[in-house]
Amino acid sequence: MSTVPTAPPSPTLKSSTNTERAVMTTQPTTTDIRPRVGQALPARQPVSFLRTVHVELRKMVDTLAGRWLIIVTLLIAALIMGAFLWFESGPTHNTLDLFSIVVLPFGILLPVIGVMAATAEWSQRAGLVTFTLEPRRWRVIAARVLAGSLLGLVVVAMSFVLAYVIGGAANLLGGSVSYGVDGWLLFGLLVMLLLTVVQGIAFGFLFLNTPAAIVAILALPMIWQIGGQLSRRVMDLVPWLDLNVATQLLESIPEATGRQWAQLGTAVAVGILLPLAIGSWRVIRGEVK
Amino acid sequence: MWQAPVRWEGGDMITTEHLTKRYGTFTAVDDISFTVEPGQVVGFLGPNGAGKSTAMRMMTGLTVPTSGRALIGGQPYSRLVNPARQVGTMLDASAQHPGRTGLETLTLAALQLGVPRSRVGEMLDLVGLSESEAKRRVRNYSLGMRQRLGLAAAFMGDPEVLILDEPVNGLDPQGIHWMRGLLRDFARRGGTVLLSSHLLHEVEAIADELVVISQGRIIAQGALDELLATSTTIVRSLDDHSLATALRADGHHVDATAGGLHSDADAEVIGRIALANGIVLLELRRDERGGLEDLFLSLTADTDRAAA
Repeated sequence: MSTVPTAPPSPTLKSSTNTERAVMTTQPTTTDIRPRVGQALPARQPVSFLRTVHVELRKMVDTLAGRWLIIVTLLIAALIMGAFLWFESGPTHNTLDLFSIVVLPFGILLPVIGVMAATAEWSQRAGLVTFTLEPRRWRVIAARVLAGSLLGLVVVAMSFVLAYVIGGAANLLGGSVSYGVDGWLLFGLLVMLLLTVVQGIAFGFLFLNTPAAIVAILALPMIWQIGGQLSRRVMDLVPWLDLNVATQLLESIPEATGRQWAQLGTAVAVGILLPLAIGSWRVIRGEVK
Repeated sequence: MWQAPVRWEGGDMITTEHLTKRYGTFTAVDDISFTVEPGQVVGFLGPNGAGKSTAMRMMTGLTVPTSGRALIGGQPYSRLVNPARQVGTMLDASAQHPGRTGLETLTLAALQLGVPRSRVGEMLDLVGLSESEAKRRVRNYSLGMRQRLGLAAAFMGDPEVLILDEPVNGLDPQGIHWMRGLLRDFARRGGTVLLSSHLLHEVEAIADELVVISQGRIIAQGALDELLATSTTIVRSLDDHSLATALRADGHHVDATAGGLHSDADAEVIGRIALANGIVLLELRRDERGGLEDLFLSLTADTDRAAA
């Protein structure tokens, strides 16, 4: 278009500082000449990684779907703990027992939080906006993994607090819940749950489709088990590949063997890091539409 | 009041060089080269599926070109520092999460760009979204409101360049007039605007330059006036039949319509021929709109039919 002048020959603008208004040199003009575009805000700073994490975290909880997913997760945790105390009138429990019974349902719900964090924008085309604001896509991916992990951690911490609240309530009603905490067990359960969130994010990026990612995560342990039944060789591999099996050591960290740690390492590498790597590659190389 | 556009320094803001995108054997964008300078509002015109959106996605780093390149201020978009502070983008007004309020959508953008939160309210004012509208979820927005919201997000970073895909789509005539004012003012202050449309009358109302594409190729480009200059002349007389015969005898193209004759000869030529043949003219004018309409249709019709 440079070959076609937009206007009859008009005086060239001289703007030495860019901050002053445009001044036409030959003819005075009475119409308003406002400041040049791009001068209304302070000088631009690079987009910081922390800001991206903040925005990604906020995006996970600022929609009804995101908020309800967390509320429902906590409600289910409270219900299960309450039901456990109601029906299980055996020996005395401590709050950590109470907390550890929500680990199983959380193993299903937390990956969903992770999947949604990774895929929500793909179904809504909002990725168009995200990746024009921050074209360095690996930063968005890293921010989302970090934000999803933080959110998972908050949900887990809140359900741990819930265990105390419900245990205390049960004691008021004549129960006998002790408040003991086994530091290693608590740590192990935290890591276990965190891994499920990151797995959700990894599969979310891998499939870029919410239902497919959730089904894959739920089906994977079953596939390992069925494979194990069918073939002796697969059976031998299961402890090295199936996260459900490999993460059991986290419930008894002090007794864990080197072999178990190695199994956890391979299972995490195959079940989380590999899909995360392939998924990230898909997002970084892919066309955002 | 008409104001002479100011020529801004700073060179070309948007440049595409042999920009090409192929999907397998299908070529969506085919060797597109053009530049947009500060102070210009350029319309990117073409029928649906012509490759406008693909080209705009390549300009903003969302799609990697098969060959060629697109530059903003001399650099690829993905290399810009805080790009949305330099380039305001709206590639799809509907690409906003329907579960967020308009206010939240803009707040996220402000946070990401690192601009003051007060900017959110200013942008709502700029695009004319009220406070109560901003608190509604985007799901409940009309297309026109989504367009305004998308524009507010595009203006958020106080950019020097705007890249807008179908921004006028869904706006009523008042909305189109408002957008014209907004973008013209932006250009007068040294801004650079590229906006796409598949409707001629939309870009005609807003842009002063056109890049017309069809099937991924540029088929015309230049100033609106210049493209208008190829328009036809409409003439009515007391004896259209004789006039048409006389014009054809002189080597001009003539179409007879209910509203008179349409000819490619200019008014002076027709007037002289009418005079020479003693025919009384009732009307003689250049058909600007029709001419541009014809241009657009003729430029796109052949390729569209081939595609159908």
